[in-house]
Amino acid sequence: MRIPLSWLREFAQVPAGATAEDVMADLVKVGFEEEDVHRPTDTLQGPIVVGQVLSLVKEPQSNGKTINWCQVRVVPEGQEQTLTGEGIDQSGVQGIICGAHNFVEGDKVVVTLPGAVLPGDFRISARKTYGHLSAGMIASVRELGIGEDHDGILVLSSIGLDPEIGTDAMELLGLYDQAAEINVTPDRGYAFSIRGVAREYAHATGTTFTDPASKVAVAASLSAGYPVKINDAAPIYGKPGCDRFAARTVTGVDATLPTPAWMSSRLRLAGIRSISLPVDISNYVMLELGQPLHFYDQDKLSGEIVVRRADAGEKLTTLDGKERALDAEDLLITDASGVIGIAGVMGGAATEVTDTTSTVLIEAAHFEEVSIARSRRRHKLPSEASKRFERGVDWHIADVAAQRAVDLLVELAGGTAQETGTDVGTAPDAVVIDLPAAYAAARIGIDFTEGQITTALQDLGGTVEKTADGYRVSAPSWRHDLETRDDLTEEIARLVGYDQIPATLPVAPPGKGLTRTQQQRRRLMQAFADAGLTEVLSYPFVSKAANDTFGTPEQGAERKALKLANPISEEQGYLRTSILPGLFEVARRNLSRGFRDLALFESGSVFLPEGTLGTASIPPLGTRPSDEVLDGLYDGVPHQPLHVAAVFTGHDSPAAAGHTPRPWDWADALDVARLAGDVLGVDLVVSQGAHQAFHPGRTAQLSLRSGEVVGYAGELHPKLLASHDMPARAAAVELNAELLFQAAADVIVARPISGFPIATQDVALVVPQDIPAAEVLAALREGAGELLEDVALFDVYAGKGIPDGSKSLAFGLRFRASDRTLTADEASAAREAAVALAAERFGAVQR
Amino acid sequence: MTETLPGADAPNPLDEAAITTAVNQALEAIAATASLEDLKAVRLAHTGEKSPLSLANRQIGKLSKEDKATAGKLMGASRGRVNQALAARTVDLEAENDARILVEETVDVTAAPRRRRAGARHPLSTLQDRVCDIFVGMGWEIAEGPEVESEWFNFDALNFKPDHPAREMQDTFFVEPPEAHLVMRTHTSPVQVRSMLERDLPIYVLCPGKVFRTDELDATHTPVFHQFEGLAIDKNLSMADLLGTLEHFTRQMFGDEASVRLRPNYFPFTEPSAELDIWHPGAKGGPRWIEWGGCGMVNANVLRAAGIDPDVYSGFAFGMGIERALMFRNEVGDMRDMIEGDVRFSEHFGMEI
Repeated sequence: MRIPLSWLREFAQVPAGATAEDVMADLVKVGFEEEDVHRPTDTLQGPIVVGQVLSLVKEPQSNGKTINWCQVRVVPEGQEQTLTGEGIDQSGVQGIICGAHNFVEGDKVVVTLPGAVLPGDFRISARKTYGHLSAGMIASVRELGIGEDHDGILVLSSIGLDPEIGTDAMELLGLYDQAAEINVTPDRGYAFSIRGVAREYAHATGTTFTDPASKVAVAASLSAGYPVKINDAAPIYGKPGCDRFAARTVTGVDATLPTPAWMSSRLRLAGIRSISLPVDISNYVMLELGQPLHFYDQDKLSGEIVVRRADAGEKLTTLDGKERALDAEDLLITDASGVIGIAGVMGGAATEVTDTTSTVLIEAAHFEEVSIARSRRRHKLPSEASKRFERGVDWHIADVAAQRAVDLLVELAGGTAQETGTDVGTAPDAVVIDLPAAYAAARIGIDFTEGQITTALQDLGGTVEKTADGYRVSAPSWRHDLETRDDLTEEIARLVGYDQIPATLPVAPPGKGLTRTQQQRRRLMQAFADAGLTEVLSYPFVSKAANDTFGTPEQGAERKALKLANPISEEQGYLRTSILPGLFEVARRNLSRGFRDLALFESGSVFLPEGTLGTASIPPLGTRPSDEVLDGLYDGVPHQPLHVAAVFTGHDSPAAAGHTPRPWDWADALDVARLAGDVLGVDLVVSQGAHQAFHPGRTAQLSLRSGEVVGYAGELHPKLLASHDMPARAAAVELNAELLFQAAADVIVARPISGFPIATQDVALVVPQDIPAAEVLAALREGAGELLEDVALFDVYAGKGIPDGSKSLAFGLRFRASDRTLTADEASAAREAAVALAAERFGAVQR
Repeated sequence: MTETLPGADAPNPLDEAAITTAVNQALEAIAATASLEDLKAVRLAHTGEKSPLSLANRQIGKLSKEDKATAGKLMGASRGRVNQALAARTVDLEAENDARILVEETVDVTAAPRRRRAGARHPLSTLQDRVCDIFVGMGWEIAEGPEVESEWFNFDALNFKPDHPAREMQDTFFVEPPEAHLVMRTHTSPVQVRSMLERDLPIYVLCPGKVFRTDELDATHTPVFHQFEGLAIDKNLSMADLLGTLEHFTRQMFGDEASVRLRPNYFPFTEPSAELDIWHPGAKGGPRWIEWGGCGMVNANVLRAAGIDPDVYSGFAFGMGIERALMFRNEVGDMRDMIEGDVRFSEHFGMEI
C-alpha cells in the first residue's frame, strides 16, 4: 500500500518536514514493513513553471517535419524575472522550439527552464537547434514522469487548470508530494486505506487521528433508491456472499470533465492510473476509506439489481473485454438483462460508465471474503477491489463511502445528488471478546496496567467494558482479524510497544541429546568428508528420464516417482528417486568450470511413492483429528528415506613434482561404501551387481547380512558418461542411509584381546575365473574355524602356469588362540580345513 | 697407511723403544683416518695377525719367565692404547658418517606435493549442525519430518484457513494429483505439529530442514532452502520467554554483543506474532539490525489441532533461514553459490563454520 504524505496529513499529525522514510520508520513499529519510497523530486528538479504561448511560428524542415518556434511568457507581464542563470531570459519570455502540434497561441503550458532536470537525468539547457536558440522545453506528461501520453505537450486547460503565468508547475501538479510504500499483512485489510494507515500512524506516534469517515455528512436514512435485492441461495461456509448493498444515484454528471490535478497526483503516487473523472473518483474514495465502489451508467441498467450466485452456463464480458464462463459459486450482480458484474471482482462492459454517461449509480456493497477470493482465483482477476474484499472491508463504511462519492461527483463532475438511496442487508453483530484481566500480562510478560489495556483497545476503535474478571471488548467493525483474547493481547502489546517486552530464559527439562539416527548421520557425513570427498547440495527436481536412469533396479522398470503439479521447469517436473542425477549435474558443472578431479557427495531425501498417495480430504483446522484420520494422513505421506551418494572422476589428488596421482576408479566408490559400513558398525556384503546406470562388469551390489540390498557402487556406464559429455571414466555409489542406520548394532560387544603370538600362513588357490574372490575368502574364513583371526586377499594372478579360464588367489591367513601359543601343526591343520572347504565349494586347488 | 710394515722382522717385546715406536705409528695412522674404510685397513695393519705388535706379542711365549712378565706388561698396555684409540676413532667416524648421510638426504620441503585431498562439508550442513548443538546444549531436542507433506500438516493444522490469502503467500509446490492433498513443505512447521502430536508435554524442540517455495533461483532466492524452527510448549510461557530464548541463541551465534528486536507481524500459526531482527555486531560494513525470521506465541488453534488445551498450556515458536544466516554471518553475497555445488565453495569452508 502506497501512502501519499499529503493525503495522510489530512487525517494524521505528520510533521511538516517528515519524509516518506520518516513515516515508514514510525509505521514499522506497529507492524508495517517498509517497502519503497515514491518521490518525484528524486528524479525531477525545477525550475518548472507555467508559461503562456505568445506566438507560434510553423517552420517546415528539410526532413519533412514541421517545428514550432514559440515565444513563451513565463513571468506575468509587468513583473521581473527573478530567476537567473544561463539561458534564462530576463525579459520573462523564452524562445523555445517545440515539435508537438496540439497547442495554439494563448495556451498555458508547462515550461521546463534551463537548469531543470527531468526523469532519466535529462538536463534542460539553452541550445542551438533548427537555427534558433531554444531556451527550455514545453513538457509532455511523459517527460514530467506523470503519465504515458507522449502525443503532445500538456495543455493545462485540458486538465481544467488556468493558473497564473509563472506559477511553480511542480507545486501545481503535486510533484513535491511523496508516498511511503508499506507492506500490509493479509490480516489487516483495513490498512489498505488512508483511513486505516492514518489510525496506525497515530498509534505509532501517539498523536491524534481524525477519522475521514467523520468528515462525511451522510444523509440520514434515504429510501426509494434504485431497487436492489440480495438473494444468495448458496452461501459459502454458511456466510452470505453479500450482507450489505448501498446504492446512490447522481444525475447530470459530465464524465468528460478533467480530473483535478490534486486528485490525479495522489492517485498516481498511490500507484493508480488516472482513467476518467468518474473512475478516478471511485478509486479515490476506495483508497481513502477502504471501501471498493462500482459505478454503473444507470441509464444502461434495466430493472431490479439482484445479487445472486451464477446459474450453469452463464457468461459475462468483463470490463477488460474478455468473455468469462461463470461458475455456480461466483457471486454476481445482475439486472433484468442478465449478469452485469462479478461481485467485488470486476464489472461488466455493458453497464460501465463512459464519456456519455450522465446518470451514475454508485454501488457500495459488502461482500464476504472467501466468496471473493475464490472468484478472483477462478477468473485470475486480481483487482484493487478484490484485494480489499478478500481481506475484509468495514461493514459500516458502505453508506459513508457512497456519500463521499456522491459529494465528489457533485463537486467535480457537475452532478446533482438524488435525495433517494438504497441500503439493504443485515449487519452482522460486532464480535465481542472476553479478555481475562491478567491474560495479556501472562502471555506477553509485561505487567500491563488497567489504563494501558483500556487505552490500547479503545484507540483501536473498540469499546471496552470492565467486567468482574476482566474486560469485555467489542471489536471495531473494520478489524475482522480480532476474534480471540490472543488477538487482543497482540494489539495491547503492539500499542504499548514490543520494545517493552523483557527477556527471560525458560529452562527446558533435561533433554536426551541428539538421537542415535542424528548422530549416525553426522558420523556418516563426516566420514565421507574426512575421506577426501566434498559435500554439495542439489535440488530434488529431476526429469523422468533421470529417475529411470538412476533409480535402483529394485524399483522395477516402471519406476514410480512423484510428479509436481507446478514445477519450476516442466523438464524437471519429478522428485528424485536417487541422489545421483543431481550429483551428476553438479559434477558436470564443475567439469565445465575446469575442475577435472572430483569426489563429490550429497545426502538427502529421495521420494519413493508406494501404496496410497495422500488423502482424499483433509480435516478442518482448530481441532485434533481422530486417531483414525491422523493415521490416514501419516500413511498417505510417501516414503522418503535418506540416501547418501558420491561421484568420482579424475584423480585422487593434484599432480605435483615427485607425486603421481592415482585415478579414481570403481574400487574407490566401493571403498567409501565399505567405509560407511565401518563407521556405522554395519557389516556390508559385496556381490557382483547389475544396475542400468553402471558398467555391467564393474558394479558392486551392497547388502546387509540379512540379504537386504542397501545400494550400488562401481563404474558408471561408459555410454551414459558419453551421452552426458562426462569423462570416459567415472565412478559412483549410492546407499540407503536409513537402512544402514537401522542395521547398526545398538551395543557393540567387546571381543577378548589375546596376547599370544600370531601364526601366519599363506595359501594360493586356483579357482575358475568367474568365482568371486569374496566368496572364496568367506569359505576360507568359515573353514578355518575360530583360530583364524584374519584373512586377506593379497594377490590375484592369471597367466603362465595357471590353466586357461582359471585364476590364482593368494590369501594371507593369521591364526591366534586366546589361551595358548599355537603350534605350527595346529595352524597348518586350520589352514588345511580352510582350503578343504574352498575346494569343496569351488573346486579350489592349492598351488 | 700404505707404508710397508715391518711384519717379518717383528720388534722385540722387551724393546720398549721399538714397541713405543710401533704404538705411536699405529696411533698416528688411526688419527689420520678419514673414513670407516680407512679405519678398517689401519685396524688390520696395526692390530692384525701380521702387525708388529701382534708379532711382538707372539714372541712373549719364547721368553724367560722373568722377561715374560715384563714383556707381557709392556705389550698389554701398548695394545690396549691402540685398541682404545681404534674404538674412539670408530665412534667419531660413525657419527660423522651418520651426520653426512642426513645432510645428503636434505630435501626442499617447499616443493612437497599434496598427496591427500582435503574433503569438505557444505557450510549449510555445518551451520545447521552448529545451530542444533546450541539448542541441544539448552536441553532442547532435534525433531525432523518429511519433505513431501500432507496439506493438513503444512497448512490447516497451522491455522491457515482454506481460502485465506496467507495460504497463497507461501508459493507452494503441489504434488500430483492435487486431490491427494500433498505438498512440498513450505516451512518446517509441520514438524512442530508432528512433535506436538507425538511427544509428551512439555516440549522443547528444534526442527531444522529443507523447505520449498516456487521462487526462481536468483542472487537472493532459491526454490529449495533450509530453515530451523523452534517450538516450546509448557505451562505459563510468555513472549518474554521467547525473547530470552532468541537472545541466548543469538549470542551463541554472533557474540555477547548481539541482541534481538521484535516487530509486530502476522502469521496464521502464531498470535501474537513478531518479526525478528538481530543486532549483528560483526556485520559487514558495521554493526546493524538484520531481519532474520518470524516468531510468536503459538496460536490456540494450532494447539487445539494437536489436542493440547490452550487453557493449560501456552507456547512459542520461531523460524529462521539458514541460507540467510550464512549470507550475513559468513558474507556470502550470492545465493547461487550455495546451490550450484562448485567445489571451491564447500572446500573454502572445510569442516567448520
